[in-house]
Amino acid sequence: MRIHRALTRRGALGLMGGALAMALAVPAAAEVSFEGKTIEWIIPFSPGGGSDTWARFNAPFLSKYLPGQPTVVVVNEPGGGSTKGANLFAARARPDGLTIFGTSGSTQFPYLLGDPRVRYDYQVWEIVMASPTGGVVYTSPSTGVSGASDISKLAGQQLVYASQGATSLDLVPLLGFKMMGLDVQHVFGFKGRGDGRLAFERGETNIDYQTSSGYIKNVQPLVDAGTAVPLFSWGALDADGNLVRDPTFPDLPHFGEAYEMLTGKAPSGPEYDAYFAFFTAGFPAQKMVFLPEGTPKEIVDAYQAAVEAMKQDPEYQATKEAVLGTYEQVTGPAAAALFRKGTTIAPETRQQVVEMLAAEYDVKLGD
Amino acid sequence: MFETLIAAFTALVTVEHLAYMLLGVSVGLVIGVIPGLGGIAGLSLLVPFLYGMDPISALGMLIGLVAVIPTSDTFASVLMGIPGSSASQATVQDGFPLARQGQAARALSAAFISSLFGGIVGAVILTGFVLVARPIILLFGSAELFMLALFGLSMVAVLAGRSLPKGLAACAVGLVIGSIGAAPATGEFRMVYDVDYLYDGIPLVIVGLALFAVPEIADLLRKNAAIAERNTLGTGWFIGFRDWFNNIFLSIRCSSLGCLIGAIPGLGGSVVDWIAYGHAVQTAKDKSKFGKGDIRGVVAPESANNAMQGGAMLPTVLFGIPGSGSMAVFLGGMVLIGIEPGPSMVGTDLNVTYSLIWSLALANIMGAGICLALAQPISRLTSIPFRFLAPCMIALICFAAFQATRDLADLVALLVIGVLGILMKRFGWPRPALLIGYVLAPQAETYFYQALQFNGWEFLTRPGVIIIGLLTLASVWYGLRSRVDDTGPTGDVVTTSHASRNLQIGFAVAMIGFFGIALWDATHHSFLGQVFPLGVAAVGLLFAAILLWHLWSGHEDHPAFFDYEVIGDHVGKEGTGWLWTGPLWLAGLVAATALVGFYAAMIGFFVVFLRVRAQASWGTTLLMTACAALFLLGLAWLLNLNFPRGLAQDMFDLPWPFR
Repeated sequence: MRIHRALTRRGALGLMGGALAMALAVPAAAEVSFEGKTIEWIIPFSPGGGSDTWARFNAPFLSKYLPGQPTVVVVNEPGGGSTKGANLFAARARPDGLTIFGTSGSTQFPYLLGDPRVRYDYQVWEIVMASPTGGVVYTSPSTGVSGASDISKLAGQQLVYASQGATSLDLVPLLGFKMMGLDVQHVFGFKGRGDGRLAFERGETNIDYQTSSGYIKNVQPLVDAGTAVPLFSWGALDADGNLVRDPTFPDLPHFGEAYEMLTGKAPSGPEYDAYFAFFTAGFPAQKMVFLPEGTPKEIVDAYQAAVEAMKQDPEYQATKEAVLGTYEQVTGPAAAALFRKGTTIAPETRQQVVEMLAAEYDVKLGD
Repeated sequence: MFETLIAAFTALVTVEHLAYMLLGVSVGLVIGVIPGLGGIAGLSLLVPFLYGMDPISALGMLIGLVAVIPTSDTFASVLMGIPGSSASQATVQDGFPLARQGQAARALSAAFISSLFGGIVGAVILTGFVLVARPIILLFGSAELFMLALFGLSMVAVLAGRSLPKGLAACAVGLVIGSIGAAPATGEFRMVYDVDYLYDGIPLVIVGLALFAVPEIADLLRKNAAIAERNTLGTGWFIGFRDWFNNIFLSIRCSSLGCLIGAIPGLGGSVVDWIAYGHAVQTAKDKSKFGKGDIRGVVAPESANNAMQGGAMLPTVLFGIPGSGSMAVFLGGMVLIGIEPGPSMVGTDLNVTYSLIWSLALANIMGAGICLALAQPISRLTSIPFRFLAPCMIALICFAAFQATRDLADLVALLVIGVLGILMKRFGWPRPALLIGYVLAPQAETYFYQALQFNGWEFLTRPGVIIIGLLTLASVWYGLRSRVDDTGPTGDVVTTSHASRNLQIGFAVAMIGFFGIALWDATHHSFLGQVFPLGVAAVGLLFAAILLWHLWSGHEDHPAFFDYEVIGDHVGKEGTGWLWTGPLWLAGLVAATALVGFYAAMIGFFVVFLRVRAQASWGTTLLMTACAALFLLGLAWLLNLNFPRGLAQDMFDLPWPFR
């Protein structure tokens, strides 16, 4: 009797639960529409930086193509080198499509390095799109180098590089130069790549890199004037994830080619794996847009369709180059592939990088 | 060349362009009036409207906004003693005492005319300077920037107050606070004790508000009077103009200084007002009134901070390196319009650069004109009984404070440093000295390390370093000769300050303890991470120890003794309340925020404060509360911001704005 009653109660609960699930499922199964809603796009940086400008450029187009044409607002949550905003998103965003998150290499790197401030997990998020970027490494003619093919002249020379910090995006040149066997003194504490370029122009450093748009606008004139010599681009990834020449700089060798010129062999091994993980997180998958954990498939699909449509918008195509550079915004399976590559690292590779940073640069993650 | 100038000018003076600029100026004025909201918030408001605008009009709008913020932020600095933005901290020093003497309209007028003039001088200098700026800016390497940071620190000499060890110890406290967070050379985190908030260091807004606004509110809340103690609001407009005209050369010097410091990327504009203030004191003959309402203390920083915005534009457009926080957003706006900064801005796009510079001058004229017209009506605020103004001011500084990181921790930091500020004011520790140390600590440390890395110790022999070094020595020399005392009345009163000797010794010992903590923390880091905090804490410890010795064994009239609670002009007056009333109200608001979130807490705070403290009728209480609530709601809606959350928000899913 007792058992029977318990069963009926459980049955009743089950029924109620089922009804509730159905009630919840109905709006989701129906056409997704954000009509009259406001979507918050969390950017974990202050207004005015690269990520903020990127989001503010994309926001009105996203708004135009999302179903129901919701208002998309950019909400800045700076702090902790972008870990604060990411933690907030991970802890608070609900899977209703009304909160999205824009990351940058500075969000990926602490995650890859195992920074104790990181309380977010990329693997549970749903990717909407990825925005790649590239960069070009150049040197001063005072090194005796007069073109990309001269790179071997750098071997054995004392080079100086203005860095934003060993765990910042400048970890990519740090690992890259080290692999190439270049003797580079990294001077830390610079506020951005622009700040670093200024040090190069003042003659305080003799090797530097700029992201593509900064290079075209600010370094190309130096190259034309003969005060800077381009060496190589970091490169781009093709559909299969192979390193290829950067489409913006087809005449420049990519990192792999430059490595081969210097050492005589193609890059490989654990050191290259470490470099490649951070390179992917810092360049081809630098900026990504995510929906929170558990977002229904319909909403993810609606977002991906909106981004696809947005890419075809003639106004978007006409204006994007000035803001985003020449790179194609990546969606669908290609974005998922970049996302995987840019957010996964083998534990032993991580260990190796962390130990190297601690031994050579006194870097302690966290306290 | 001439054609470029003409082309730039004709593009500028079209009705459409002027209308957009006026729009930018109006938004800038409103944003600037609200403490804590600066160019960053204003530009974020305007950026969505940039699409499809003609670039010159769009730039005019952005420039209009950026240019007038250091003009209108003076309202809060002068009328309420709340530093409207980091560019107006020094204005508080003499502007607020003038307001308390009932001369708010005079101080405001002098400030606005100085702002106007500074903006124009800045534009004139830039018109010529922009052509040669690139090579000159490139002359300032890390070594020169380090020397400039030292030059800024030399202003401590003049602002150290009556007791030099006390002033230098205060500066060292600032240097230690400024070194909290990541070390520039190694990225090690110093003095963070696993508190997430401290990893980024304590924001400047918080330190400025806590040191200057909180002690004033505490002071005002004890009295039931209005801010203006004497009622001579009068016709300040003409007097203000005359005040400025009498100091026109000071104004010119400070504008030029501001423009040049703004143009050098890396030093940042946040000390430019203090450098100008220090310069005014150094060059004045009669210095006795500084800190107590000397109009020159208003003219100097206000001339400099508007000119600084013009200077800060140069590295932004020439190198793509923002010279200040609002310039960072301006840069983002430029990119959205499709204008890329770079060498072409002095080449093919020179006309754009010129229209930027002259837009700046025009915007300054518009902004200062509007502010001048408003100065007199708005200065009547100072005759409202403070108990009605107080809840608005407390809500306002909290709102300003959480703009820093939009976190409850901002309010807690405001409260903690606010208590330090109150004690410093009471015991005559110079707060400007602490602020200068705090602002320049990261710069001094970063550039020193970089200079050593790039040049080795030979950096000391660079001509630029030697020149700035000599300037610094001259500044220290003049400074020590003419130290200003911002700590209240002098004369025979010093003797009586001796009465609270034990309390003063207690505070000095507490500061020694703080240096001890810093030293202990520093020993846990690598050489590059520890050397700066170790050095400044050791220096601080030395001067605090000297001070302690003075307090321990000094004669009754030793200048080290100071206690505002013994010699302040409020002492013995009837109706003077307890010193800690104000901080307790603030603490109540912070505690309530931790429970129910800021918005709900603020509404409750208004009702309780007005009923209990101000003893207002229910009608007045509800009306004022509703106005304040609507005002904050409107701001939050415009700026897309969520208020700091409390426990309630973590447990329940509440609708915005309670979310």
